[in-house]
Amino acid sequence: MSPALLIFFVLAAIAVLAAVNLVVQRHPIHSALSLIVVMVCLAGLYLLMGAEFVAAVQIIVYGGAIMVLFIFVIMLLNAGEEERTDFSKIAKFAGLPLALALTASIAAAVVKPDPNVPGVTQAVIPEATKQISSMLFKEFVYPFELTSFLILVAIIGALVLAQREKK
Amino acid sequence: MIALLTQNAFWIITIVKIALLLFIVLTVNAYLTWFERKVVAHIQSRWGPHRVGPHGLLQPAADGLKFLFKEDPTPAGVDRFVYYLAPFLALALSLTALAVIPFGPDPLPFSVLGQKVYLWIANPEIGLLILFSITALSVYGLALAGWASNSKYSLMGGLRSSAQMISYELSLTMSVVGVLLMANTFSLTEIIEKQSHGLGGWGFLGWNIFAWGKGGLLFPQIIGFICFFTSAIAETNRAPFDLPEAESELVAGFHTEYASFKFAMFFIAEYTAMITVSCLATILFFGGWVSFFPESWTITHYIPSVTLIPFGLWVIYDGIKYETIFGKVMLPGVGAVMAAIGAGLIAFPAVNEFIQPVFWFTAKVFVFLFFYVWARGTLPRLRYDQLMNVGWKLLLPVSIANVIFTAAAILLWGQS
Repeated sequence: MSPALLIFFVLAAIAVLAAVNLVVQRHPIHSALSLIVVMVCLAGLYLLMGAEFVAAVQIIVYGGAIMVLFIFVIMLLNAGEEERTDFSKIAKFAGLPLALALTASIAAAVVKPDPNVPGVTQAVIPEATKQISSMLFKEFVYPFELTSFLILVAIIGALVLAQREKK
Repeated sequence: MIALLTQNAFWIITIVKIALLLFIVLTVNAYLTWFERKVVAHIQSRWGPHRVGPHGLLQPAADGLKFLFKEDPTPAGVDRFVYYLAPFLALALSLTALAVIPFGPDPLPFSVLGQKVYLWIANPEIGLLILFSITALSVYGLALAGWASNSKYSLMGGLRSSAQMISYELSLTMSVVGVLLMANTFSLTEIIEKQSHGLGGWGFLGWNIFAWGKGGLLFPQIIGFICFFTSAIAETNRAPFDLPEAESELVAGFHTEYASFKFAMFFIAEYTAMITVSCLATILFFGGWVSFFPESWTITHYIPSVTLIPFGLWVIYDGIKYETIFGKVMLPGVGAVMAAIGAGLIAFPAVNEFIQPVFWFTAKVFVFLFFYVWARGTLPRLRYDQLMNVGWKLLLPVSIANVIFTAAAILLWGQS
């Protein structure tokens, strides 16, 4: 087994375990911590595929900024432990069969891969960051700017909703 | 045996380098506390530590021993797992950041086990991004410590630290974009390399803070540097931005409930973060290991000796007339070692040549560390609303304007 494959399996195992832990844990902070572990493991997987920039941004944006906000809000609300409840009806009759179906289809794809679909290669791409930036700012500049505009609209919307009503 | 060593030479050398760097950084950390206490004391017309060893020089060792042997109680009602995890997280992350800092350009003049030995542990393409991702994660140590301690002061400290980190990370990242635009890379060694071509050979003109290279004047990053260093002080939770541990309001903030070595771990993490930030400021804005003087001036290579020998002689003189016998022995010994190192550098020009970049790097880092202490000794702590105003309404817009002006300057005059 090559070292890269070994690292992949270790990271993947940690990510899956943390994801399960995220659902099982009853305290919101513990769940949020598990989510951070998942994010960092994903960044490791990106790094393994040679996507250095994406890996770093994954940690900075998701592991750092977004999860800090999660933890901040959980601490601010001083949320306590959740109580266990039974499965809701939707989860019982739609969720479980769908989860089983998804697992089955992924398992089938792993066991019998389609020969026409090429797998992901672990390649070192020279100047990957430069390629990403030239793609973002040259080829896909309009979708990129539109997305940032969308985020701006969302921020303003959140501000308007959060503002107290003037009487 | 030899075959096994040469096969795994890379790993062995890396592990030895890590151990060596850890030893150096932890020692520097310990003496940084001594330095800080002495400087702040003299700013306030006091003596500072001077009981343990001559001039208090053994104070760090005494502090370390005390931390090890103190009782380590766990308060009631804490979330045990997170309570123990937090100091480890803070310390591990801040020490990891040092792995990507390059301390000198050239490999050692001799090869070990058939491998070149460079003065860094890792030199990745995305060095700067890795540093920022570690900074982004390092807030968890503080925030979780505050939350897990089951104390309202700690919780307030943790809340403050996470809010402060989110706010200042933006301006921290934006303020270095100007440097990135000029360097065209994320690699820390290449960023330094790009700064080594000052106008007329003058080293300091090439530094990003002046940005006056061979190709003419670009946009000097003075504003970018001020934004960077201010946000960096806030990111490391140092005075005047040390609201997470404001002792007059929150007892000790996020580490109120931590005793013994767990408290020391937060302390070491904070000082290591100070060193990392000082290294980063040196690399990004002050040319890293690029000398102040033109490269052709070989006479400036004697600066390390010229500072070390007189300082060593002065320490000997000071030691001879010191009151205690221990001081009379220890201080002249330390002074003699310093003077001997200075003389040795003159005697062996090859060694002197090799340590030049390292000397300039360390000298600049030391200046920034002094600046940290100076700021703590002179500036009063900000109020919380002032802190938020400075971050969002001053530093962020100014650093964005810096990015726009730098981009315009590169478009007009630059070639890269």
